[in-house]
Amino acid sequence: MLEVTKETNLLDMRGVCRSFPKGSGEELLVLEKVDLTIHSGEIVGLLGRSGSGKSTLLRIIAGLIAPSSGDAKCRGEAIVGPPNGVSMVFQSFALFPWLTVLQNVELGLEALGVESAERRTRALAAIDLIGLDGFESAFPKELSGGMRQRVGFARALVVHPDLLLMDEPFSALDVLTAETLRTDLIDLWIEGRLPIKSVLMVTHNIEEAVLMCDRILVFSSNPGRVAAEIKIDLPHPRNRLDPAFRQLVDNIYARMTQRPARTPAAEGIQGIGVGMILPHVSSNVLSGLIETLAAPPYNGHADLPILASHLQLEADEIFHLGESLQLLRFAQLSEGDLMLTEAGKRFANLETDARKRLFADHLMLYVPVMGLIRRVLDERPSHTAPAARFRNELEDYMSEEYADETLKTVVSWARYAELFAYDEQSETFSLENPH
Amino acid sequence: MTLDDILTPRLGQALRPNIWDAVALVLVIGAMVLIVYGGEQTTLPLSTLDTSPVSLDPANLPVYALRTTMRMLLAIVCSIIFTLLYATLAAKSRRAEMVLIPLLDILQSVPILGFLTFTVVFFLNLFPGQVLGAELACVFAIFTSQAWNMAFSMYQSIRNVPKDLDEASQSFHLSGWQRFWRLDVPFAMPGLIWNTMMSMSGGWFFVVASEAITVGNTTITLPGIGSYVALGIQKQNLPAIGYAILTMLLVIIAYDQLLFRPVVAWADKFRFEQTASGTAPTSWMLDLFRRTRALRALTYPFAALNRAFSNLHLAIPQILKAPLRSGPPSRAVDAIWLALIVAGTGYAGWKAYRYMSATLALSDVLIAVNYGLITLLRVIVLISLATLIWVPVGVWIGLRPKLAERIQPLAQFLAAFPANLAFPVFVAVIVRFGLNSNIWLSPLMILGTQWYILFNVIAGASAFPTDLREAAGSFHLKGWRWWIKVILPGIFPYYITGAITASGGSWNASIVAEVASWGDTHLTANGLGAYIALATEAGDFPRVVLGITVMCVLVTLFNRLLWRPLYAFGERRLRLG
Repeated sequence: MLEVTKETNLLDMRGVCRSFPKGSGEELLVLEKVDLTIHSGEIVGLLGRSGSGKSTLLRIIAGLIAPSSGDAKCRGEAIVGPPNGVSMVFQSFALFPWLTVLQNVELGLEALGVESAERRTRALAAIDLIGLDGFESAFPKELSGGMRQRVGFARALVVHPDLLLMDEPFSALDVLTAETLRTDLIDLWIEGRLPIKSVLMVTHNIEEAVLMCDRILVFSSNPGRVAAEIKIDLPHPRNRLDPAFRQLVDNIYARMTQRPARTPAAEGIQGIGVGMILPHVSSNVLSGLIETLAAPPYNGHADLPILASHLQLEADEIFHLGESLQLLRFAQLSEGDLMLTEAGKRFANLETDARKRLFADHLMLYVPVMGLIRRVLDERPSHTAPAARFRNELEDYMSEEYADETLKTVVSWARYAELFAYDEQSETFSLENPH
Repeated sequence: MTLDDILTPRLGQALRPNIWDAVALVLVIGAMVLIVYGGEQTTLPLSTLDTSPVSLDPANLPVYALRTTMRMLLAIVCSIIFTLLYATLAAKSRRAEMVLIPLLDILQSVPILGFLTFTVVFFLNLFPGQVLGAELACVFAIFTSQAWNMAFSMYQSIRNVPKDLDEASQSFHLSGWQRFWRLDVPFAMPGLIWNTMMSMSGGWFFVVASEAITVGNTTITLPGIGSYVALGIQKQNLPAIGYAILTMLLVIIAYDQLLFRPVVAWADKFRFEQTASGTAPTSWMLDLFRRTRALRALTYPFAALNRAFSNLHLAIPQILKAPLRSGPPSRAVDAIWLALIVAGTGYAGWKAYRYMSATLALSDVLIAVNYGLITLLRVIVLISLATLIWVPVGVWIGLRPKLAERIQPLAQFLAAFPANLAFPVFVAVIVRFGLNSNIWLSPLMILGTQWYILFNVIAGASAFPTDLREAAGSFHLKGWRWWIKVILPGIFPYYITGAITASGGSWNASIVAEVASWGDTHLTANGLGAYIALATEAGDFPRVVLGITVMCVLVTLFNRLLWRPLYAFGERRLRLG
C-alpha cells in the first residue's frame, strides 16, 4: 500500500490558518500556519486542549469549513466541500434517529448513487465487520452508546474511504466500552481488514493517542499551532503498563504543561490582563482539589497522570483545574506535576470564612477582571453596573462564547468570595450582598 | 447474514392475506369512494346551489359532514405543501428570511374571517359560475387558519437541525434534495404534526364559519354542516342545531381516530431522542394496518417509490450551490436587497393609504380603534375569568394522574370542537330572556378557546415533579403559600402557552361572536369584531381593511408587549427539568 501513493500524499496541508469573528467584530485566530501531511497506512493523532483548533482543522479537512488562508489538498486536489474518499466518525455519533441501523449505514452509499442490491450487500458486510450482526433493524435509541458508535464506524467504513476522520470518537463513551471499541478497531486495522488507507483522529486523551497512533501532533492553544510531532514506534497491541508506554505518556503530559515561550501570560490560561479567558471551574471543585493535594499520598505534590486517573478526570479537565489553581497562585504546574504553593497549603487548613477571605484576596490580586469590576462598583454612586458593560470589554479580547464563560466564572467565584453580587434577572453586578 | 435471509421470510408471509386485511380493505375502499363522490360535487355549476338548497333534513347530514371534511382535508394538504416550500425557503436563504419571517408573524395575527371578504370575491371571479370558486374560497379561509403556525414550526425545526447531523449529511455527500427528505423533514416531523393537529382543531371553526357567508350582494351557501346550522338559525330550529352538533362530534372523533392517532403513533419514530423514554403513543388503526399482511405488501412499492423520490439526483446549477466561505456575506448585496424591501413596502403602504383615504377619514380610524379597545377589554376580562376558573380546576385534575388521563383527551377534543355551532343555543337563550347583548355575547368569544388553558394547565400539573410536591408537603407548605411558591410557578410556562392560544383564538372568534342572530332577531355587541362583520355584510371593503388592520396591530402589540415577555420569562426561569 505504501508504494502506491508515494508521490501524492493522501493529505497535504500547507500553512493553513483559520480565524473566526470575535464579539467585537475583529477576527480571532484559532489555527495558525498548520502543516500536516498524511501518508498511506498510518494512524495520525491530533492531540490538544479544547480550544486548540484541532477540531477546526479536522473540519477543514472534511471540507465542512474553509481555511482562511493556506493550502488544503486531499489526494492532490484542493479541498472545496467534502472531498471524495474521506468519511468521518463523530463524537456524538450523529446517527439519524429515525433510520434503522441498516438504513443509517446505507445512507452514505445512497448518496453516492450505489444501486440497491449492492448497497445492501456492502452495508451488511460493514455491519458484520464492525460486530453489529443482529442489530440491523434496531433504531439507534434502542442501542447502548458503544453500539451506536459502532454504527457510526460502519457508516463511515461502508463507503470505503481512503482517509477515515475521527472526531474524539470515544470521548462520549464510558471507560470500559471505549477501551473495547479501541482494541477492536486496532485489531481490525493491524489485520488489514479495514477498507481504508489511513486514519486521522482528534483526541484530548493522551493515553488514547499513545495507544492507537503511529504519529501524534501535539497542538498548543491560542492560537492552535503544531507544537510537537511525536512518533510512536511501539508495536501493536500496546500495553498501557509497559514502562516505555508510561514514559511516552509522561513526556507528553510534561510537554503539554510546559510554559509556552511566546505568550507573556504564561499561566496556561489564555489571554492576558482583563482579557483572560477563565474556564468555568466551580470554587467547590477548586477547594476539593486543594484538599486532595494537601492530604497524603500527595502531600502537596502530584504527578498529573496519576492524579488524573485517581480523580477519574480527562487530561483536559485536570489541566483546566491545575491552571485555575496556578492562576490563583494556590498551585504551580510544571513538567507534568502539580505542586501546592504556600498559600495553597494555608488554604487547605483554614475554616470556611477564612478560606473565602483568602480566595477573595487572591482573586483581587491575580485576576484582573475581578479588580476591574470591583473598582467600577466602588466608584459608581449606585454601586451597581450592568454585566453588558464588562461583556463588551471582554469581547474586545475573545469570542462571545468565551466572554460568556468568563463572566459565568467571574460570577461564581465572586459569589463564593463574597466580593460582589450578581442579579441574573436584571444582569447587573452590585455591592449589596444579602447577609 | 445474507440478503436472502432478511427478505425471504417477510415477503413469503406478506402475500398471504389475513383477517385484518379484510377490515383494512373496507376502510380504504370506503375512503376512496367518499373522496370521489365529494369531488364530483364541487365541479357542478353554481346554480345547483340554488336549485338544490341546503335542507334541514337530518338524513342529509352525513353528506354535509363529508363535504365539510373534504374541505378540511384539501386545506390541510395545501397547508403542508405551503409549509414545506415557505419554511424551507425562509430557513435556507438568509435574505428571504429577512422578509418571510416577519411576514409570517403578522399573518399569524390577521383575523382569518376578515380575509374571507376578499378571497370570496377573488375566487368567484376566478371560476365564474362554478361551485369550485366558492369551494376554493372556503378552502382558502381554512388554509389561512392553518398554514402559518405550521410553517413557523417547520422553519424553527430546520434552523435547529443538530450540527452533527448536518455535518454528517454533508460529509456523506447527501445532495440538497436528499438532505431535505432525509434530515430536514424527519427532524421537523414531530413539531409539524403537533402543529398540524392544533391547526386542524382551529380549522373546524373556520370551515363552519365560512360555508355560509354574505359579502355585499353575494351570498354563498355551500352544502356543509356550517350552512346547515346557518339555515337552522334562520328557521329558529333548535333540534336541527342539536343534530349538527352531534354530527360534528362524530366527525371529529372519526378524524382523530382514523387519521391523526395513526399519524401521531407512526411519527413517534421521528422524535429526536437518543434514548427510548416514556410511553409511545398508540393507535388501534395503525396497529390494525401493521397487522395486515397483503395490504402492507401493497405499500412496499410506495415505500420504494418514496425512497427513489428522496434519492432523485436533482442537479442544482453550480451557481446556486453555496461555496464554502470563510468571510462574512457581502454587505453590498445586503444593502441592495434591503433597499428593494424598503421600496416595495413603501409602495404597498402608499397604495393602501390611497385606497383607504379615498373613502375614509381620520375619524373612521378613531372609531375603529375605539371598537378595538372595547374588544381588547373583552379579551382581557374573558381570559382572566377563564384563568380564574380553569387554573384551579386544571391543577386539581392534573395532580390526579388517573383522572387527568381521562379528562385530557376530552379537553383537547373540546378545543377542537367548533364552538360557533353552539352559538345559536346561547343566542336563543339571550333572545328569550332579553339579556344585554354587549355583555352576554362576550362569553361566546372564549367558548371554544378556553379549553386550551384547561388542557395546558392539566399537562403542566401532570408534569410537575413528584419530588418537588413531596418536598413542599414535608415542609408543610399549604394554602396560599403552596399556590404561589409551588404550583403556579411550576405550571406557568404551560399556562402561558395555553393562554396565548386562547387569546389569539378569541380575537378571531370576535368576528362571529359579537354579531349573532336568531331568526329575525339580530344581536350586536359593540366591538371590532362586529365592526368587521357588519362591514363585510355591507360589502364595504375600505372599512373591512381598516378593521382588519386595527385588529392586526392590536393583536401584534398585545403579543409583543404582554405574551412574549411572559413566555420568555417562563421559559428562562420557570421551566422545570
